[in-house]
Amino acid sequence: MEPEIRVVINTATDIVTARHRGRALASDLGFNGSELTIVATAISEVARNIVDHAIQGEIVLGRGQQSGKCGIVITARDRGPGICDVAQAMQYGYSTGKGLGVGLPGAKWLMDEFFIDTKIGEGTTVIMKKWLKRP
Amino acid sequence: MQVPILKQGGYLIASIQSVLTDADLLCLRDSLAERVGQFRSRGVIIDVTVLDVIDSFATRTLRAIAHMLKLLGAETVIVGIQPDVAFAMVQLGLTLQGVGTALDLEEGLSYLGDGGGQ
Amino acid sequence: MSFIEANNQTGRGPRAEAPMNRKRKRDNTNNTSVTLLPSRALPPGRRMQPDGIEQSPGETSAGLLRELVSHLRQNRTQLREVWARRITDAQLLTAMSKEEIFSEATSVYDNYVEVLETGSVEALQAYARNLSERIIPRGVETHEVVGIVLLLRDVLARSLFKKYQNDFDPLNRVLDAYEPAANRIANTVAVSFVQERERIIRQQQEAIRELSTPVLQVRERLLILPIIGVIDSQRARQLTEQLLRGIRMNRAKVVVVDITGVPTIDSTVANHLVQTIEASRLMGASVIITGLSSEIAQTLVTIGVDLHKVNAVGDLQGGIEEAERLLGYKVMMESEAAPIEQPV
Repeated sequence: MEPEIRVVINTATDIVTARHRGRALASDLGFNGSELTIVATAISEVARNIVDHAIQGEIVLGRGQQSGKCGIVITARDRGPGICDVAQAMQYGYSTGKGLGVGLPGAKWLMDEFFIDTKIGEGTTVIMKKWLKRP
Repeated sequence: MQVPILKQGGYLIASIQSVLTDADLLCLRDSLAERVGQFRSRGVIIDVTVLDVIDSFATRTLRAIAHMLKLLGAETVIVGIQPDVAFAMVQLGLTLQGVGTALDLEEGLSYLGDGGGQ
Repeated sequence: MSFIEANNQTGRGPRAEAPMNRKRKRDNTNNTSVTLLPSRALPPGRRMQPDGIEQSPGETSAGLLRELVSHLRQNRTQLREVWARRITDAQLLTAMSKEEIFSEATSVYDNYVEVLETGSVEALQAYARNLSERIIPRGVETHEVVGIVLLLRDVLARSLFKKYQNDFDPLNRVLDAYEPAANRIANTVAVSFVQERERIIRQQQEAIRELSTPVLQVRERLLILPIIGVIDSQRARQLTEQLLRGIRMNRAKVVVVDITGVPTIDSTVANHLVQTIEASRLMGASVIITGLSSEIAQTLVTIGVDLHKVNAVGDLQGGIEEAERLLGYKVMMESEAAPIEQPV
């Protein structure tokens, strides 16, 4: 069982750290150039979401396996305020005032699988997965 | 991390050397505003060749910089966005609308030399 | 199968007819070597000629096998001839000439007999793969390859029957030795052929994928990407990546994407198309779409694509002209405008 990589997300600099670790792991797993950029960008978005809304949280990076597929699993956890209306937040273009509102729905677009679990006052957990495409 | 800013005639060229944190980007914004005012530059090239990720924050900030510099009389062109980065950006819905873009430094200068805009 | 007719004493084929010991041996088809029962009293249920001949205790299984192999080798020439004729009669291997069939028939025959002799299919496997690699591009199909192997099996079986037809007991034992080996041979050849065929198909698919997404540089700074066929999401992704890399490599300023050869696209692919246009712009290149059919145009409108983003021209030729105009226009502007310092 391979160890997971944990990155504490506190400040904006941690976003960069999470991206780099994510890119490195994805590279080890065998993802190609453009896929690495996509993984790093998706991590950047969810990490930024933590910084913007939850103040503090963590990102866990690990290897995933499912029905013969191999890939990367990214879990972003925070103990922030939670999201009131998930459906609304996941709508493209919706913004809570911090800008483009691209973060979560954008990350969902980039990755193959995307799960979000949130409780008001308790926090939010996002799990994203991307699978290697075997020819 | 300071981004080196060079003056070339009526233009400023900001070459990003390494991955920027949010604070670095804001710092860049302030530096450019200052220099454009100081040199009355007509155009600014921001070279992002080195960046392996341009996320929503970076996009917002670049647009904000371009908007601000326009108010100061300078046209901005972003150059050097890599194929993978461009692809990831459009999938996220980030289009840098309203900001000039060109392939590289040479093209960026050509873009500004034409009077900007296509 | 003709062999059944020849041996039709009870109206049932040899397989259905099988006495106990033969059934048991058939279960051993997974073994590479052929085993024979040791000599013993006849088990119940076994049918015999009226003047039933019992096994002679002197015969060993190895000896019988050697006899079988040597018979097949001695009669190689005429058996091969018979087989080649039957192949032609059955209209198999029509893609190959008579000489080629004869040459391959010789190799197959020798390999066949070698398996019977050694019990090992390794050499046969290697030969089968090699043969498949050569004949698949010629258009030879699976049923043909399986067909000729079964024909050879039949030809040899008939020959064995003819040799031992007066001695029912040794005939049975020879057939017991021959049958599982023959099964294994047919199986090995068929599987090798199919595996090779699948490998070649995969290779061809990859090549087609490469060929069908060429990014062509026709003039300086101008790329053309002709897209042919139905695009799915994965291909669309591939196209975009190839185009963006092409823009960087060729320092293109204008790209003409021709979709004349694309019958229809769904909304996912339409979105990919728009993304491609936007991503190209981020790299400083403008995109002209040509060959937009009315159906695809309708799809774009229906899914709400911002048509201001799409610069469409009727056909490829028009698209290239428009591209040159864009490029030429820029060149003209540069030479016209002298480097005059503008007053601040």
